[in-house]
Amino acid sequence: MANPLAQQGRWRDLDKLLARPGNIVGHGFEHSPTLREEIGEFVRVLVVGAGGLGCELLKDLALSGFKNIDVIDMDTIEVSNLNRQFLFRLQDVGKSKAEVAAKRVMERVSGVNIVPHFCRIEDKDLEFYNDFNIIVLGLDSIEARSYINSVACSFLEYDCDDKPIPETVKPMVDGGTEGFKGHARVILPGTTPCFECNIWLFPPQVKFPLCTLAETPRTAAHCIEYAHLIKWDEVHNGKAFDADDPEHMLWVYSEALKRAELFGIAGVTYSLTQGVVKNIIPAIASTNAIISAACALEALKIVSGCSKTLSNYLTYNGLEGTHIKVTDFVRDMDCLVCGPGTLIELDTSVTLSQFIELLGEHPNLHLLKPSVTYRGNNLYMQSPPILEEMTRSNLHLLLFDLMGKVPKDTIHVSGTTEKNGKKTSCLRKLRVVFKRVVGGSTDMDIAGSS
Amino acid sequence: MAAESKTKYDRQLRIWGEQGQAALEKASICLLNCGPTGSEALKNLVLGGIGSITVVDGSKVEAYDLGNNFMLDEESLGQAKAKCVCSFLQELNDAVKAKFVEESPDTLIETNPSFFAQFTLVIATQLLENSLLKLDKICRHANVILVVARSYGLTGLVRISLKEHNVIESKPDHFLDDLRLHKPWPELKQFAKTIDLSVTDSVVHKHTPYIVILIRLAEKWADAHDGCLPSTRQEKKEFKDLIKAHMLNLDEENYKEAIEASFKVSTPRGISSHLCQIINDAAVQVDSTSPDFWVLVAALKEFIENEGGGEPPLEGSIPDMTSLTEYYVSLQKIYQAKAESDFLVMEQRVRNILKRIGRDPDAITKAYIKNFCRNARKITVCRYRNIEDEFSIPILPELQKYLTDEDYNFAVGFYILLRAVDRFAANYNRFPGIFDGEVDEDISRLKTIAVGLLSDLGFHGPALSEDLINEMCRFGGAELHAVAAFIGGVASQEVIKLVTKQFVPLTGTFIFNGIDQKSQALAL
Ligand SMILES: [Zn+2]
Repeated sequence: MANPLAQQGRWRDLDKLLARPGNIVGHGFEHSPTLREEIGEFVRVLVVGAGGLGCELLKDLALSGFKNIDVIDMDTIEVSNLNRQFLFRLQDVGKSKAEVAAKRVMERVSGVNIVPHFCRIEDKDLEFYNDFNIIVLGLDSIEARSYINSVACSFLEYDCDDKPIPETVKPMVDGGTEGFKGHARVILPGTTPCFECNIWLFPPQVKFPLCTLAETPRTAAHCIEYAHLIKWDEVHNGKAFDADDPEHMLWVYSEALKRAELFGIAGVTYSLTQGVVKNIIPAIASTNAIISAACALEALKIVSGCSKTLSNYLTYNGLEGTHIKVTDFVRDMDCLVCGPGTLIELDTSVTLSQFIELLGEHPNLHLLKPSVTYRGNNLYMQSPPILEEMTRSNLHLLLFDLMGKVPKDTIHVSGTTEKNGKKTSCLRKLRVVFKRVVGGSTDMDIAGSS
Repeated sequence: MAAESKTKYDRQLRIWGEQGQAALEKASICLLNCGPTGSEALKNLVLGGIGSITVVDGSKVEAYDLGNNFMLDEESLGQAKAKCVCSFLQELNDAVKAKFVEESPDTLIETNPSFFAQFTLVIATQLLENSLLKLDKICRHANVILVVARSYGLTGLVRISLKEHNVIESKPDHFLDDLRLHKPWPELKQFAKTIDLSVTDSVVHKHTPYIVILIRLAEKWADAHDGCLPSTRQEKKEFKDLIKAHMLNLDEENYKEAIEASFKVSTPRGISSHLCQIINDAAVQVDSTSPDFWVLVAALKEFIENEGGGEPPLEGSIPDMTSLTEYYVSLQKIYQAKAESDFLVMEQRVRNILKRIGRDPDAITKAYIKNFCRNARKITVCRYRNIEDEFSIPILPELQKYLTDEDYNFAVGFYILLRAVDRFAANYNRFPGIFDGEVDEDISRLKTIAVGLLSDLGFHGPALSEDLINEMCRFGGAELHAVAAFIGGVASQEVIKLVTKQFVPLTGTFIFNGIDQKSQALAL
């Protein structure tokens, strides 16, 4: 139980910002002495990732008036996290990041409720994500960002003037760091660019050409990647390489050393071997603290309007001085993710299984093994097996019937697609229109011309 | 380093290396005031394995502390804040020595200035002008680095103060490789000559390193142009065509790399203006009291003017490029050998200078000299005005520029207002806007003070934005956790750079702008 004495005057500082009127504030700021309590009571925030940024975010949000927080992370704690993930101790190694982080923050900040989810982000259904008012991302992977982005954008609906409908906008705040550099951004789907709109900000990692590794190695990294990508498979017929197995890593290291010696190349160390094989990104506490604080402040501003919102992309560079740059990026109007959805025209005679097949062939989608949901109902689910079995009987039914014979509507599909030669999970919003149905586009066109 | 520490610190060792880590582990940091700004700054340093921390704060924990400081909990209520914060910080890393002093920083500054001499660096948070100016003098006198951090509503600042900070390993993000294609030395030219550009073996042809291609073709060009290298835009284009003409087919990566790097054969010779400024600095007139860094700069200046022929010592490393292993390794050796011979010349010069100024000729290690040579083009000197000078005689043209430039509107406004609230506090013994009922009066009081402050500085231009003055009073001296975490984060980042002597620390005053996040550094 919270100590009542501790509660009195506890939020003195935060309340100054929320209870008083201001001249430079966000749209719809309604200052009130109870605003903080309302945020605490009614706003649900999801923190994606409980790592370097996630730990900071949970602390920052808990001390910024948020009281209903969920955190999702599939990872467990490792020793190399301890230089920055300040909610973890040596004795926590091996435990769930989300669970330990939630527990530590709740112990320290009374009155805040944090629900941990120790699972993959793909394991949660759309309804789970739809329950949050705002999503804050503390991730280090492009694929995970892209997935959450597509989930948040899938809720977005447009009105007949192609304006986003406010209640369907799921705001996101996204942070990322690398060494002394980082970024924080605000994504208001339909208004500011989504992650996919300027995906070019995150160029895919350049891989060494295999012929360089095999024939003309020049650097220590070439020798390491040779051992990792070529030699391993030659020697260990069929056994998969596991970067978390120290014996596998040692084997790669010693093979890389041999190769380096053969070619007269210097610089192969165990640390570099780990760095190259696992693609380790350097990370420190201070950069994570800076970026998370910027994200948490933006989250507070979005839910309260107590000040202007970052518009819309901040970069921090601490290599030389302290440089902050804010760029106002613009949306890609043809974005498949945050736009009104890919238009698909269908005959009413199309069955669900034909529809699924079509998704794999569609030039903009190339969606493999898709699951299909309509208005929160699972029409067909690829997994888990129990859901697959339950929905299998829908496959031979007409999609038109499954959608309640509406002439057109939005439908959600999720599956895998190939990006830069890598399979990634993805979720897409489709605008399905049935041909020759009153209210469907074709009929309307005919009606208009007659 | 122990294996466990190596694993624990792995992600940061990849940034500042074992040397940087050793510097951190040797450093002792003093924190003044352990509100959220200070606590967060120290948290980041404790996690990274700083040597020792001493938390100085004279206050007891009150309820409002629990609303913005994560290093306290309900058990802490009524207890000494310094003690509570210190013990929560200690939990984060038992390798750090954590101490606390339960005393007000203002009193300590007033009564015991020698206290500060024991530290590597002092982080002063939430300190008012009067104490800050005194502390700055004390720290300068004792050669202790001072980092000032302040959070105030949606604004705040970070400012470093010390006489001079020299950086050898500035590790810039993008820096031109030191290939000397505009001025190849004999061994490099010799090697290039041994390679036949018109070799018929297509594998060898497409694996001839671009360094060799450019040196050979630049020579060919010079032969046809009275010894001159391509200089005009037209000539540079023709030079690219010459490279293209040697391609067997259009997808030869090495030739593409050569075309991309072709401008390097005609880069202007000599040193950057940045380096030129350093070697012509007054400090290069070294004597027995000069820091080692300046002894090296003195030697560098001699080197550039003599053996270097206008160039600093060669860095000695080359980037990866499409090449046969054998060619690449040979090139690496040629560059390393030249760097080694430049280093030996530099070393001799350093020893002679040391002798000349009456110091032990071996007082500076080979490793130090070698590191300096490797980074000679990137060395950086940061100097900081003392805070009193900045406050009483700011650089007026800069201030003028900021005050009239719309891009600096918020930053310079907050800069002035952060100073104005201290004057307000000196007059009224509280910050403006503390009490809900007096916000409006405080707005006009603060405005009067801010206008007075500007006119004291000799500036009578357009007044500050009314909106900003309003905001400042709305903040009422609040220390918001998210803002404190940001400011504390920036402060700790700067501490790391100062202590490791790697990367380039902030110069000027960094003004946090929590309204639209367009934070800026002002050079005043
Ligand atoms: Zn988009």
